[in-house]
Amino acid sequence: MVTFTLNGEQRTFDGDPDTPLLWVIRDFEKLTGTKYGCGVAQCGACTVHLDGMPRRSCITPIAMIDGSDVVTIEGISGKEAEAVQAAWKGLDVPQCGYCQSGQIMSAVALLQILPKPTDDEIDGAMAGNLCRCATYHRIRAAIHNAAKSMEG
Amino acid sequence: MKIKLLFSGIAANCLVVAAGAMLTPASEAQTSNSLRSAESFQSISDERARSVALFEEAGKVIQHPRCVNCHPATERPLQGMAMHLHQPPVFRGEGGMGLVGMQCNTCHSEQNTPVIGQADTLKSIPGNPAWHLAPIEMAWEGKTLGQICVQLKDPKRNGDKTMEEIVEHMAHDDLVGWGWQPGDGREPVPGTQEEFGKLIQAWVNTGAACPSS
Repeated sequence: MVTFTLNGEQRTFDGDPDTPLLWVIRDFEKLTGTKYGCGVAQCGACTVHLDGMPRRSCITPIAMIDGSDVVTIEGISGKEAEAVQAAWKGLDVPQCGYCQSGQIMSAVALLQILPKPTDDEIDGAMAGNLCRCATYHRIRAAIHNAAKSMEG
Repeated sequence: MKIKLLFSGIAANCLVVAAGAMLTPASEAQTSNSLRSAESFQSISDERARSVALFEEAGKVIQHPRCVNCHPATERPLQGMAMHLHQPPVFRGEGGMGLVGMQCNTCHSEQNTPVIGQADTLKSIPGNPAWHLAPIEMAWEGKTLGQICVQLKDPKRNGDKTMEEIVEHMAHDDLVGWGWQPGDGREPVPGTQEEFGKLIQAWVNTGAACPSS
């Protein structure tokens, strides 16, 4: 039996310990904002926060998160999340949108660590989040906008 | 498109590895994945020549992609038997742990992790509690075995280690030991860590001579 916190609520899972966290989030908890993209940590669509740090949920066995705190796109909160949400809306960042919850989870985690990241720091942190619509230029601009909005 | 290309890359690498395995005679494959014992070098009477031969045998491990991939000469780790640049594109970062927001442990766990419900081209994600890159001064990528040997003895490029500490590191370090337990779908380095440690110990005992190239 694995016990963990999901978006602030205590949850348990007693299925196969190798079950990927992504499957638990989507299929058992019915939180479908976190997306399945590649299943092998190559695309970043499944990014969640595990104990406050970005983590690819598709290659995270549920047994590994016993006692941990998991936050998904549905539960993200705080000033960085609010700034990112406003900046994303402001620039109409998504095109098809499939990768965007992963992009946002990575962007929020970056801003929580580096409140005013440079282009290089943004590129480094976001390099593992692919976007087939190539919205990268708007993602980078929106992260800068979010950082600026938090300055005051 | 990018995802498709990445998968093509992974598939292509696996095909190359698989084709290589099929073309290698069984006897040779057996030999290439084992190490000669340190004792078996006693037949070389010249101590310097014996020392060089011991290091060359240890070099089967040291120059294996499992080891060199995390001793890169650039800011980018390598991956696979083809030693291509790591995908996704990660960078060394502070302490060899990756960049802010994209650290090694964004994907790598404290142990090798099976990949569930995917094609057989990638069976596991490698992991270890100390998963990180070797410092840039310890880069092995692109170097000859002789160059690596000289580097290993240089305190400025070996983490200020004595030769005894080098032996201990090679023989017992847990992340070094990962090379023999690299997870499903990955070729381990030859022999065992114990055999490798004995080769390094014997190399040091015989004067730690280096190959000329």
